[in-house]
Amino acid sequence: MLKTNFLNTVFDNPLVLASGIRGVTAASMARMVKENGAGGVTVKSISLEPRTGHPNPTMAPFKHYFINAVGLSNPGIAEGLKELKKFKELCDAPLIGSIFAGTPDEFAQVAEKISEAPIDFLEIDISCPNVSKEFGDPFAYSIPAVELITKKVKEKTKVPISIKLSPNAWNIDTIAKAAENAGADAITAVNTVSGMAIDVHAKRPILHNKQGGVSGPALFPIALKCVYDIYKAVKIPIIGTGGVTTGEDALAMIMAGATLVGVGSAVYFRGEDCFKKITSEMEEIMREENINSLEEIRGCVH
Amino acid sequence: MDKSQYIQITKIVNENPQVKTFYFNFKLQSKPGQFVMLWIPGIDQKPFSIAYDDGAQFGLTIFNRGPLTQKLFEMNVGDRVGIVGPYGTSFSQKPNIHYIMVAGGYGAAPLGFLAEQLQQYDNITVDFLIGARTKDLLLFEGRILKIPNTKLHIATDDGSIGHHGYITDLLKNIICEISDKKSAAVVTCGPELMEKKVLDICNEFDVPCEVSIERYMKCGYGVCGQCVVDDLGICMCTHGPVVNSELANKLIEFGKYHREKSGIATNF
Repeated sequence: MLKTNFLNTVFDNPLVLASGIRGVTAASMARMVKENGAGGVTVKSISLEPRTGHPNPTMAPFKHYFINAVGLSNPGIAEGLKELKKFKELCDAPLIGSIFAGTPDEFAQVAEKISEAPIDFLEIDISCPNVSKEFGDPFAYSIPAVELITKKVKEKTKVPISIKLSPNAWNIDTIAKAAENAGADAITAVNTVSGMAIDVHAKRPILHNKQGGVSGPALFPIALKCVYDIYKAVKIPIIGTGGVTTGEDALAMIMAGATLVGVGSAVYFRGEDCFKKITSEMEEIMREENINSLEEIRGCVH
Repeated sequence: MDKSQYIQITKIVNENPQVKTFYFNFKLQSKPGQFVMLWIPGIDQKPFSIAYDDGAQFGLTIFNRGPLTQKLFEMNVGDRVGIVGPYGTSFSQKPNIHYIMVAGGYGAAPLGFLAEQLQQYDNITVDFLIGARTKDLLLFEGRILKIPNTKLHIATDDGSIGHHGYITDLLKNIICEISDKKSAAVVTCGPELMEKKVLDICNEFDVPCEVSIERYMKCGYGVCGQCVVDDLGICMCTHGPVVNSELANKLIEFGKYHREKSGIATNF
């Protein structure tokens, strides 16, 4: 019922672990599939060199949202490759690699390296809102930057790529179109939206980085609108990500036009088995509404 | 909700030149083995094992070793820090058990808390083993001596007090003397290589064991995935820090390697 074909790879269900949550090690990602029901996983974004990220607090949960500024900590591509290879020894679910870099050329370099790993797809994270002090504004705000990175990465890898966009870009549909024209195979929409949180007793920002990225239920309607707009603009498939915590949310994402659905903060809001909960809720609604396949409803609200 | 309480330090006790205990009048409702995240705005936030909790106040025994603890050591009674928790699993507490507690260095903090809490159960005896590099670094000797039905054993690397050698030598001797191994339980907290040795001895003599396993963590509630262990992929902040021997035996990295801040695996 939930089987999903994404760029000629079959996922048991459309829910993929979003990048940045429980994606540091192979064993951690495999657990999300085998014990908790994810249809596929995305590794926490990897850079050329290891990074320790920002000091703590790097994340803070609230009733309706979650905010983080981890600062892209990761073991670097050399160590990262080992975990990606090990994932495929532990688990046969589709694996989405994820990379970020400070320049278009470096993106191409990391893309080439990560393609040595048995990844099925490669997500290009050009939209992290938490490292602007180091790297400047996210590339995802600029059409020329998106085009350049997409082209340079495509020259260096045969793995299908998905460009991860920012909900802070007011023209996300135009940017998605630019990525498609430059050769992107898919679009991931969206990264977290820029935000902050203040502790009124301490009279200080909660996150060490002061600002961070908002995810969780509060992001959901924003992400849904982005997916809806992008679906109208492009023909390539979309990984709809942002605040999905229920089966209803996941089906809405698909009706807006998503093929796969990213799930991240739901691990906090509903527990690590949120994938099982969401898929069973999807099936229940589908039975009630006589929906036989996700193909049938994809983009149906347009 | 996992929100920091911004609360005052109510008492500070110097334990030794590098270690202080910070007390807070706050109903934390924690159990021995659990931890809190302590935040000093603008500096950092880190996990700390709970050393005391009598229901009305709790205490954290802290070794001065980095920017966060340095700042904390400069603070006074009345200054405020952010506390969130308690998090994680705790040591089992049961009546009619002969507990053998093996503490290395600061591991004496949660185990001292456990020994005190166990006094509410019937028919408890405790052998409390503390190991330290040298006499001056020994923690909680006085505290443990005050606990009823509890016998203190000390080992130091340099022999400046107690047994000259490893604390695991003492453990082996005590286990060998036990007639009914089913009514015994070993609990341990300390350097991981010591803990691994304790686990191996318990496996060999078939004595139940609980181990507190420390891994680098960021959130404390199972989201960031920094503290996951191979090959189960479970988080030590939620499935741990205290795990039983059955689970500890399944962790291939226990006593071998751990992951740093970046996620790079490093051997002990």
